[in-house]
Amino acid sequence: MDAILLQILNGLDKGSAYALIALGLTLIFGTLGVVNFAHGALFMIGAFCAVTLSKILTISKEVVDPTKTDFLGNPLKVKVPYIESWFGESFGGAIIDWSVPLAILFAIPIMLFVGYAMERGLIKHFYKRPHADQILVTFGLAIVLQEVVKYFYGANPIPTPAPEAFKGSFDFGAMLGFEANAIIYPYWRMVYFLFAGVIIAGVFAFLQFTTFGMVVRAGMADRETVGLLGINIDRRFTIMFGLAAAVAGLAGVMYTPINSPNYHMGMDFLVLSFVVVVVGGMGSLPGAVAAGFLLGILEAFASMNWIKDIIPGIDQIIIYLVAIVILLTRPRGLMGRKGVMED
Amino acid sequence: MFGLDKKDTSLLMIVAVLTMFAPFILNPFPTDSGLAQFNAGYPDLMQRFVIFGIFAIGFNILFGLTGYLSFGHAAFLGIGSYSAVWMFKLLSMNIIPAIILSVIVSGLFAVVIGYVSLRRSGIYFSILTLAFAQMCYNMAYSVLGNPASSYNLTNGETGLQLLLDDPRVLGVSATADGSIPVTNLFGLEMRGSETIEMGAWSFSFSAGYYVSAIIMLLSFYIAIRVFRSPFGMMLRAVKCNQNRMNFTGLSTRPYTLAAFVISGMYAGLAGGLMACMDPLAGAERMQWTASGEVVLMTILGGAGTLIGPVLGAGAIKYMENIFSKINDTVLHGWFSFLPDGLEDFVVFVIHPFVGKGWHLTLGLVFMAVVIFLPGGLVEGGQRIMNLIKRRKKSDDDAAETQPAAE
Repeated sequence: MDAILLQILNGLDKGSAYALIALGLTLIFGTLGVVNFAHGALFMIGAFCAVTLSKILTISKEVVDPTKTDFLGNPLKVKVPYIESWFGESFGGAIIDWSVPLAILFAIPIMLFVGYAMERGLIKHFYKRPHADQILVTFGLAIVLQEVVKYFYGANPIPTPAPEAFKGSFDFGAMLGFEANAIIYPYWRMVYFLFAGVIIAGVFAFLQFTTFGMVVRAGMADRETVGLLGINIDRRFTIMFGLAAAVAGLAGVMYTPINSPNYHMGMDFLVLSFVVVVVGGMGSLPGAVAAGFLLGILEAFASMNWIKDIIPGIDQIIIYLVAIVILLTRPRGLMGRKGVMED
Repeated sequence: MFGLDKKDTSLLMIVAVLTMFAPFILNPFPTDSGLAQFNAGYPDLMQRFVIFGIFAIGFNILFGLTGYLSFGHAAFLGIGSYSAVWMFKLLSMNIIPAIILSVIVSGLFAVVIGYVSLRRSGIYFSILTLAFAQMCYNMAYSVLGNPASSYNLTNGETGLQLLLDDPRVLGVSATADGSIPVTNLFGLEMRGSETIEMGAWSFSFSAGYYVSAIIMLLSFYIAIRVFRSPFGMMLRAVKCNQNRMNFTGLSTRPYTLAAFVISGMYAGLAGGLMACMDPLAGAERMQWTASGEVVLMTILGGAGTLIGPVLGAGAIKYMENIFSKINDTVLHGWFSFLPDGLEDFVVFVIHPFVGKGWHLTLGLVFMAVVIFLPGGLVEGGQRIMNLIKRRKKSDDDAAETQPAAE
């Protein structure tokens, strides 16, 4: 029992990332009908927003500290971040410590803008072109974005730690009454899962309970009719593209403490997220979320040792296997609408 | 000739002449001149031109003719490489059995993957092939590549290499001087090359290049035959309107599957040749970025055209080699005629696009091609030709109308 719970928990953080990226992909596909191969790059840009913010916050000046000396007896120069010298050591230090959560605020406008610019500047011209062209141009864009990031940040992963308060793990099993140390779970993964839940709930609430969301849903169902009613649906869809980019970006921001960001992290997630979208059903938002968590958990189960002993390597291929089976037996995916991209 | 019409024969001849004289054509600059770094006539690069040419020709048979965009073709390339290296390890260092095995094995894989993937079309097909390729890649990296396990087929991260204690039933495990024997074609060593000095120029002719080039010409010829055959016509019809084909009571699946298998075998051939030139196979050949690369080549050259993929493969491999060689020192050398501040600025601007950053250039070029020139270089060439023709025509018209106006 506790082993099962542990694997479910292990699957949750990756599953959250899959679900968030797949949600964005589905938003874009459902509204604009575009297959966005650059979505992984947006996830990566989000992660690098966090890196950038923590770099900005730790810009330092060298101060001579008279109380300390180096081994030759000279006064020691220490680097003090400007933030600390402005706001005092405790508050400034706290800001630096909390740079990853703070990066959420930093990333939202950036990601909205990136998404908006991408849609208006590039994707807009590809609605009438075949899907293959959309895949290709966004694939090219992904390469470009990736290389730009690589140019500025280098090819090595950049560790970006979580706030001190969320470091370490807690004994989740003991809380539920299992024996101690059976289920140890890092705090930050819990935070990531809760964060993903909030974002997903927020997106659904936005679509369900606001007038804007209602119009967007109407547009997803029948774009032409909504347009004929005198509503500028293209504009709303552009905003949805920005929103999808922001979702991917936030997923990236919060993922940085789990995995140090490098320039190709987006591509690694993208392939899997596509598989998630396909399993969930192209164009179905609940499907994308459910499939994201499902596949994340499935992957965690497959990497258990006794399963790997029976079928070696199953943890590496389980997601693809599931996708292949789903596509062949139920092409519209778990929750896909009938007739949407079924062939 | 060879069952081709006049136009195709001349195309084949042009390609044949170009590949045969490539060591001269690609080496236009004297060895000592500053432009020598633009020379592409060294064996390693020329081999890559033709091998990736084969890969792209094969991909084009699938994508160009049927319109099915496969994002997993690199899997066949990797499988071909692995099979060839295994043949070198177990049988002999002759490249013929290695190439035959790599084509057969990748063909078998293509039958299985194609049979499943071709049940869907459009994006689903792309994602299915991508999933299969990633599966192959992950397997090659983890389970099949774990030296400790009993089924270590790929040797994981290190890559599959030749060893001194390999059996090599028909050959020798080690040469007399105790080194690993080299790949050969009935004694003709693939590594062997001749260098001819002609004044300031030096041209190198490598056996490996000529073997690959001849195989490339053969596969180009087969591709022409496929394009012009009724079978090729059928594939084009699939691209145009698959529904209509189905409505006429014809099952398109055997045709698309055949196209998929043929292109998979081409990829396997390319992979096998790669291993023949350098007997080493690594899993990174199967990664999906490698699949993306062949898509880039085909699109850049012009999908659905005969010569396009070869051009695209050449262009990308040339760019990869030349652009990645340019560094700041070279740039400073070029722009030394500018005033100092301006020189630094120009170098600073160009710097991100060359050297290690050449992928950025590649991405930009690729985007530009997809956006402005969906037909690739071939379409670009045609447009320019049309422009020239039209201008000539309008000149003629103007010449005719002017006297009347007077």
